[in-house]
Amino acid sequence: MILLLILMPAAAGLAAFAIRNDAVRRTLLVATAIFHSCVTVATWLEAPAPLLSGWLELDAAGRLILNIVSGLFLVIALYLIEYLRREAHGEAHGVREDSEEQGVLFSNAPEAIFTGCLLLLLSAMSVQAVSQHFGLFWVAMESSTLASASLIYFHRHHRSLEATWKYVLIGSVGIALALLGNFFLAAAASFGKGEPLPLLLGDLIKHRNNLNVTWLKAAFVLTLVGYGTKMGVAPLHTWKPDTYSEAPAVVAALLAGAVTSCAFLGILRMQQVCVAAGQTAFSQDMLVVLGLVSMAVAAVFILGQNDYKRMLAYSSVEHMGILVLGLGLGGVGIFGALLHTLNNAMSKPLLFLVASNIRATYKTRSASAVTGILKVLPGSGVLWIVGFLASTGFPPFGIFVSEFIILSAALNQGHYWIAAAFVALLALIFIGLGVIVLRMSQGMPPVELAGIHVKERPLALLPPAVLAAAVLLFGLYLPAALKDTIAQAAQALGGSGCP
Amino acid sequence: MNRAVDAIMVFLVLTNLLMLGASRLASLIRVVAVQGVILGLLPLVAGQEAISIHQYALAAGILSLKGVVFPWLLTRAQRDANVRREVEPFVGYSLSLLAGMLALAFSLWLGRRLPLPVQGGSTLVAPVAFFTIISGLFLIVTRKKALTQVLGYLALENGVYAFGIAIAQDSPLLVEMGILLDVFVAVFVMGIIIFHINREFDHIDTDRLAKLQDWAAQPQEAPMTESAFAIDKDDKHDKHDKGDKA
Repeated sequence: MILLLILMPAAAGLAAFAIRNDAVRRTLLVATAIFHSCVTVATWLEAPAPLLSGWLELDAAGRLILNIVSGLFLVIALYLIEYLRREAHGEAHGVREDSEEQGVLFSNAPEAIFTGCLLLLLSAMSVQAVSQHFGLFWVAMESSTLASASLIYFHRHHRSLEATWKYVLIGSVGIALALLGNFFLAAAASFGKGEPLPLLLGDLIKHRNNLNVTWLKAAFVLTLVGYGTKMGVAPLHTWKPDTYSEAPAVVAALLAGAVTSCAFLGILRMQQVCVAAGQTAFSQDMLVVLGLVSMAVAAVFILGQNDYKRMLAYSSVEHMGILVLGLGLGGVGIFGALLHTLNNAMSKPLLFLVASNIRATYKTRSASAVTGILKVLPGSGVLWIVGFLASTGFPPFGIFVSEFIILSAALNQGHYWIAAAFVALLALIFIGLGVIVLRMSQGMPPVELAGIHVKERPLALLPPAVLAAAVLLFGLYLPAALKDTIAQAAQALGGSGCP
Repeated sequence: MNRAVDAIMVFLVLTNLLMLGASRLASLIRVVAVQGVILGLLPLVAGQEAISIHQYALAAGILSLKGVVFPWLLTRAQRDANVRREVEPFVGYSLSLLAGMLALAFSLWLGRRLPLPVQGGSTLVAPVAFFTIISGLFLIVTRKKALTQVLGYLALENGVYAFGIAIAQDSPLLVEMGILLDVFVAVFVMGIIIFHINREFDHIDTDRLAKLQDWAAQPQEAPMTESAFAIDKDDKHDKHDKGDKA
């Protein structure tokens, strides 16, 4: 079953490079997405057997990430039908109007390459979710960076080229440091008597007393820097605003929801080894500091941001900060962080997909040039506001619950100043996002769009609406099976179970 | 065996210093190629016992990729982009060498702090690997041409790899090959991007790739946290910003 999850999208991706017919290729994309999520659902009914002598195994944390990846990919594949149609008809070889450069001609990358890389990315992320071997995880992580590079450069435009360069270079350097972290872990594991340990999560945890503490700590720092770069926690986030603003919004949605969650899984795995070796105090301090710095940086850059896609990118930096903060606080905070991974993977893509609708109609990314979305695009306007409320942690959305759990973790342990900073930064970001989003939604539309009623296509609204429903559902009622999985993963990380 | 490893480590240090002092891109590519070849020999001498097929395969992979394919790819990119030398790097060559010496001292100190496992072999491995990594990072940060940054990335990767081969000799072949393949694709992708950058902008200076930043309206306030390239186009500001960057 695990092999199906990995090989099926890979094969479909390779096939997509060769298929010339657009309709066939789009069908293949959606069919693969549906198939992948069906197999993912099947793993709930019957736990898949470990493969390759335990290299590939679906544990609780991996299952959570696999579901995020699979579900999000399905939603995005549905949206892509609409998106690719829009690109193929209207905007390809079209004129892109930006606030500073009017009318730069650009064309799109061939759709076959785009679809192929998208499916290869799905395959790489599935490998990450099921991989128990640190080396294999690394290989899959770097593959996902490279597969997404050509997705970012879909619009053949010099701005997206600049963003792609930054993404690939910064991402690759970060991941190279994570590789060094892997080798450090191998060094830490070779101190015991006899054969050095393989880099398998289970074996490392079993032989936790044979690990060398100094090397393990160094390995943790390097892994945190490496995969933290991929996650985009400050101050390693520098590629994020550029990439998310220049990539097609669908790609940004996938990066912000799925790829970052996979990178977080890398940090979780390393943290699991640290917990087993009794080094939590060391790793948790670093995580808390990184988390608060990320939230602060995000707050500073969101206030007064004029590009709504960059605003979303900084909001993503904020949520990555909340993830590592929750992990760093420990206790119920870990449960909160894992739940937040799920919620963030629904709410951030929701906003990016709606941003894509807005961008298609208004033809600008400048927040000040967009007004009256509710009048021009009623459906997208409502979803835009819903997405804003969901991602800033307004009750009853899921993010409210996960942020509340993380806050209670800080209060339980008597970290009052952390709790205070957390709440203050959340409030600041709420205000920053609120001003921009509400100003864009309300008021009169700009002159050229006044009186025009744009017909919104159902496929442009349904996927974000599904995501909105999901994040609302997770706030009101968390299915028992999902709750158990998260609690199990949290316990493996040394946290307490469900609060 | 240890003496062979030591010799290789000394060669790595020398290539790093050459790299920091090189201004012509062609010679820089050659130095990185030599470094790749030296690295390819490492698996053959690092093992304690007889050389296994695994190690031969690894050596062959590294030699062919880092010694032949990458230099060939990068030389082509260099010829296509028609750049000969790194003009006016952010940090000059003699200063780079000086920084290199400091980095070497720092790496030796760091190597002392991290005692190696018993079967790790040469005590030079960790410091030299750190030095190679720092040199690679230094090239990425202080040079302007996209091509030099790719070479810096390769040096960084070489450093990581040198450490990996010497310490973690038993990591499975599948993973080793996966890593090599990924690095290959990474260089390939970067080569393609360089090609596009060259076609789109008519240059491959990454410091002039500075369209994307916050507060673009007031470039003199270009936040340094924002991006590795967020240096203003203007030469005046360039000098002003240099301090922050270093």
